[in-house]
Amino acid sequence: MADEAKEGGLSFHPMDQFIVEPLFGGDVIHWYTPTNVTLWMALTVLAIVALFVLGTRGRAIVPSRIQSVAELFYGLVHKMVEDVAGKDALKFFPYIFTLFLFIFFANFLGLIPTSFSTTSHIAVTAVMAIGVFLTVTIVGFVKNGAGFLSLFWVSSAPMAIRPVLAVIELISYFVRPLSHSVRLAGAMMAGHAVLKVFAGFAAIAVLSPLAIFGVVAIYGLEVLVAAIQAYVFTILTCVYLKDALHPHH
Amino acid sequence: MATEPTGAEDAGVGLPQLDFSTFPNQIFWLLVTLVVIYLILSRVALPRIASVLAERQDTITNDIAAAEELKLKAEEAEAAYDKALADARAEAQRIIGEAKAEMQADLDLASQKADAEIAAQLAESEGKIAEIRDGAIAAIRDVSKDTAGEIVQALGASADAKAIEAAVAARIKG
Repeated sequence: MADEAKEGGLSFHPMDQFIVEPLFGGDVIHWYTPTNVTLWMALTVLAIVALFVLGTRGRAIVPSRIQSVAELFYGLVHKMVEDVAGKDALKFFPYIFTLFLFIFFANFLGLIPTSFSTTSHIAVTAVMAIGVFLTVTIVGFVKNGAGFLSLFWVSSAPMAIRPVLAVIELISYFVRPLSHSVRLAGAMMAGHAVLKVFAGFAAIAVLSPLAIFGVVAIYGLEVLVAAIQAYVFTILTCVYLKDALHPHH
Repeated sequence: MATEPTGAEDAGVGLPQLDFSTFPNQIFWLLVTLVVIYLILSRVALPRIASVLAERQDTITNDIAAAEELKLKAEEAEAAYDKALADARAEAQRIIGEAKAEMQADLDLASQKADAEIAAQLAESEGKIAEIRDGAIAAIRDVSKDTAGEIVQALGASADAKAIEAAVAARIKG
């Protein structure tokens, strides 16, 4: 896609922003090499530390502004876990909150121009989605034993079509990690690529006002998407967890 | 962003997301990040926020209880005040009633006395009037007798006193 755009002095590299590069030079990327992935994940951690450790330092009954933001996040996810997955799912709250905060802050840090958005990589989202999938499956079998299989046996449907439904349910169950991860990575990647394409058009004088307007508009949309995708990933995790804890429809 | 050096690489590899050689790196750092975030949250942030929220809840609950208590007290005070007010009203009513009755009694007594005095004076006056009238009638009879005697004498006749008296008495009775 870069080649066709190069004509006419335009240079589009909308995908370059996603390239993983070593931070300190060199070409080989070992599993331990500090890369831009490392940098932006570290910044994510710092942002979370700033909000949740430094921000809540006062432990005030009447919270400071930063503390009330931290409490807002806490309350949002805590309530989501309780409402969607039930009270007994609250022991998974720290894990779910970890996922939510990582995705949320990674998404928003990715909106900084010239930054690297870690959540636009399928490798990252797939690890999280598979982690959720494995956790949910293991918890389901540990809690319910073979009863967890009743998730696939739709007892409210007529007996004749239950086997068919079971096959469909089984397939949809195994597709979950795929859709779970591709949704987040795809949304982030697409948005950032579109931003880059619009920015590329700004090089043409005639189009530049339109291009800049487009960048602003898409950026606004991306701010929404960043928050919504973090929310969606988390709420789906809660839904899957609910299936594991209460498999009966 | 980076321009020249990555251009060729981009064309060769396609989507950076599907460059599997970077996967171990990304996955490693992701796991490190998630573990660090989890430890920070579960060791520091979550207990802290949970305790703050619990403490705030306690404070609010206590404050509400205290307010409830104060409200009850205020209601009690109001009831006591109302009762005192009602008592005072009743007392005042009673005092007014007593005073009225007393005044009425005094009034009755005074008017009885006045009536009696008036009646006495009336009787006295009537007695006096009767006396005066009797006196007047006696005076008229005397005068008439004397006058009749004088007139009879002046006419040159003599009449005895008894006849004149009888004649005057008959006239006055008239």
